[in-house]
Amino acid sequence: MGRDDFRDPIRVRKALDAISELGIELSVMHVCGTHQDTLVRFGLEPLLKEVGVSVRQGPGCPVCVTTPEEVELAIVLARKGAIICTFGDMVKVPGRDSTLAGERSRGSDVRIVYSPSDSVAIAMENPDKEVVFLGIGFETTAPTTSALLLKEDLPTNLSILSYHRTVPEALSFIASSGEVRLDGLIEPGHVSMIIGEEPYRFLTDEYGIPQVIAGFEPLDLVMACFEIARMKAEGRTELVNHYSRAVRRDGNPSALAAMRKTFVKGDRRWRGFPVIEGSALDIAPEFSERDALRRFEEQLEPLEGVTFPEPEGCSCGEVLRGIVDPRECPLFGTACTPDDPVGPCMVSREGSCNILHRWGAPDL
Amino acid sequence: MIVPSAMCLAIPGRVVEILDGRRAMVDYGGTRREADLTFVEAVVGQYVLVHAGFAMQVLEESDALETLALWDEALSSFSGSDDGGDA
Repeated sequence: MGRDDFRDPIRVRKALDAISELGIELSVMHVCGTHQDTLVRFGLEPLLKEVGVSVRQGPGCPVCVTTPEEVELAIVLARKGAIICTFGDMVKVPGRDSTLAGERSRGSDVRIVYSPSDSVAIAMENPDKEVVFLGIGFETTAPTTSALLLKEDLPTNLSILSYHRTVPEALSFIASSGEVRLDGLIEPGHVSMIIGEEPYRFLTDEYGIPQVIAGFEPLDLVMACFEIARMKAEGRTELVNHYSRAVRRDGNPSALAAMRKTFVKGDRRWRGFPVIEGSALDIAPEFSERDALRRFEEQLEPLEGVTFPEPEGCSCGEVLRGIVDPRECPLFGTACTPDDPVGPCMVSREGSCNILHRWGAPDL
Repeated sequence: MIVPSAMCLAIPGRVVEILDGRRAMVDYGGTRREADLTFVEAVVGQYVLVHAGFAMQVLEESDALETLALWDEALSSFSGSDDGGDA
């Protein structure tokens, strides 16, 4: 429905010319692998640069921000015989010195699922084994784990390791740290279709950052940059929803209600970041019998408080904080490629490094 | 099979049949797959955004057209633009 209009090259050119006419240099952050994919795949990144807009991804990649310690917990459970169910890219991210894919090649049972619900059938087919669903993702994905927790008659051998994280808290950290120039934020459309507009408002009200909630087509992204440039030119600071075709002001109330029932907010470290307050969706006490962290407390205890160093020379942490461009990393495209990745930003199809390498981005 | 490459990507598809148990058959330009309707009310003919097997929002075509019209208007005041497009 109307997708071609949002890819219309004439409109994209007009928007770029309008940004150029406004003549304002901008440094903008977005937090979404799909936004990055559109920016790079359609060659928008250099075009925006030509008109003075530099756009960086920030921590918008759930697989990338998952810490090696979290991956290691899943690896330990896999080694102890549990069946681990998770989404695609997660199996390739290293924990201490291995990945879930590596464990699978050594005989562990690691399954890639399309939906959390798929893990129910796997648990029923394997009644003599523990099945652990590794839940990762932002607010777009978290309600699907909520739906799993709320299912009646879940098999007793199924539990969940919740690594779900929330976007506004990470943005709050970035805004308050002041370590990157932030003339505007492009907010992720599909996270926003769940949480709505209001959770971002404090970033405009308290930090004076213009924000645009944007869809995923080329015109969506260029218009988001135009909107930020126009706000700057007119001296306005607002939160604007450009993706009203999918994002309602109050988001998806039914999904939010399911999340409130099943999760409580917790504090968690993100890769490249310290602990971010309130950024974790931990399983609520009412569902603690489904919480793999509790069910396997004894097995996981030795890992408590242990941290693992980042791979040597890897700039993922700085990339995720928006401090460096992947092309500034000495390993990019040489020692680190999608076929032989060093860090998770090159592993995940949502990671900036992977996206830039995959589509063959021009030099900086 | 529709497997989103990105974790926060929802795929738009058209509801072609409402099934029992809050499920629907959704058509993605020829490929059909069931989606869970736990979080949205949708009827046959509507477009929904589906993520990890769950319909997460109904897409509103009228909002899409309104957005394009607003953008065309905003861009029409810049000299590089002509009549503001054909939306």
